[in-house]
Amino acid sequence: MSLRAFLHDRHVRRGVRDMMVFGPGLGAWGLVTGVAMVQSGLGVPLSLLMSFTVLSGSAQLVSLPLIASAAPMWITWASALCVNLRFVIFSSQWRVHLGHLPRGRRLALGYLLADLNLVVFQKAWAGSGSGHQTGQARYAAGGAVSLWIVWQGGSVAGVLLAALIPLEWGLGFAGTLSMLGIAYSLLNDRAAWVAAIVSATAAVAAFALPLRMNIVIAIAAAVAASLLMARAGKAAEALGREA
Amino acid sequence: MATFVSRGFFLWSKRDVQMPAALQRALQVAPLAAIVAITAPEIFLAHGELIATWRDARLLSAAAATAFYAWRPGVLGPLLAGLAVYMPLRLALGW
Repeated sequence: MSLRAFLHDRHVRRGVRDMMVFGPGLGAWGLVTGVAMVQSGLGVPLSLLMSFTVLSGSAQLVSLPLIASAAPMWITWASALCVNLRFVIFSSQWRVHLGHLPRGRRLALGYLLADLNLVVFQKAWAGSGSGHQTGQARYAAGGAVSLWIVWQGGSVAGVLLAALIPLEWGLGFAGTLSMLGIAYSLLNDRAAWVAAIVSATAAVAAFALPLRMNIVIAIAAAVAASLLMARAGKAAEALGREA
Repeated sequence: MATFVSRGFFLWSKRDVQMPAALQRALQVAPLAAIVAITAPEIFLAHGELIATWRDARLLSAAAATAFYAWRPGVLGPLLAGLAVYMPLRLALGW
């Protein structure tokens, strides 16, 4: 597909539009990550390199203190992998919709797909039936490209502005606040509320675990809770039919 | 590299990965759970301990962002409302 055709494609445009709802929060989070990289002593060129290659806010924020304290390379790697374990779960979801693409495309697109891409994607295609639908790959690509541009824009701005922003302002919390807004906008049914409450509780309770394994535990707990809820719902239905 | 490996994990193989439909549905809450799991400790914990006082810039800031979201949903609005509470408390009062 030519660039022109890509930019005018209906599904690509919808993907871009849906992602841009989150544009401000994403840009702010990118900015904060950019500032954090430089302020941890990484230097401007290395920070830019990290931003363009790692492309994962949480993994970057987790590995920064490790790099700064000159921890062994394998520990940095291991903790980044643990934080990113959730993407392993997500990729099984993407497979349903992108499995038909050639492997090269699949992996290239997969590399760009972050948390928010999957969330927005699921919202947009909910109720369109299970399995692959026409236009889904283009929709995902549109969202992925626009997220990349906004994120890198914020991140590069943060790297360049870092020297001007004092550490005491605690701008790191802006990233948390933008995640909070994103999380609220995803709470659209009871299952989502239960998952969020379970996940928050588990993440706080398991915080003492090394390598931020609490994130993985929290996701597992939320998924297990939603499995149980679905089963309980079915049981209640069956009881209602019998009565 | 870690990003590439994890995000491509289930996209590598040509064969279909079979999963029960119930598990597929339950996995749909995973992204939300991940975002909440990263966010919640940042708000409720300080140095690995639960914050025990309400006189905390982060708790009040998150409360302000929540209130703003209830009034006008979005991402930027709550972010600015939260920062408007956070920065003065932190800079002026040192909370």
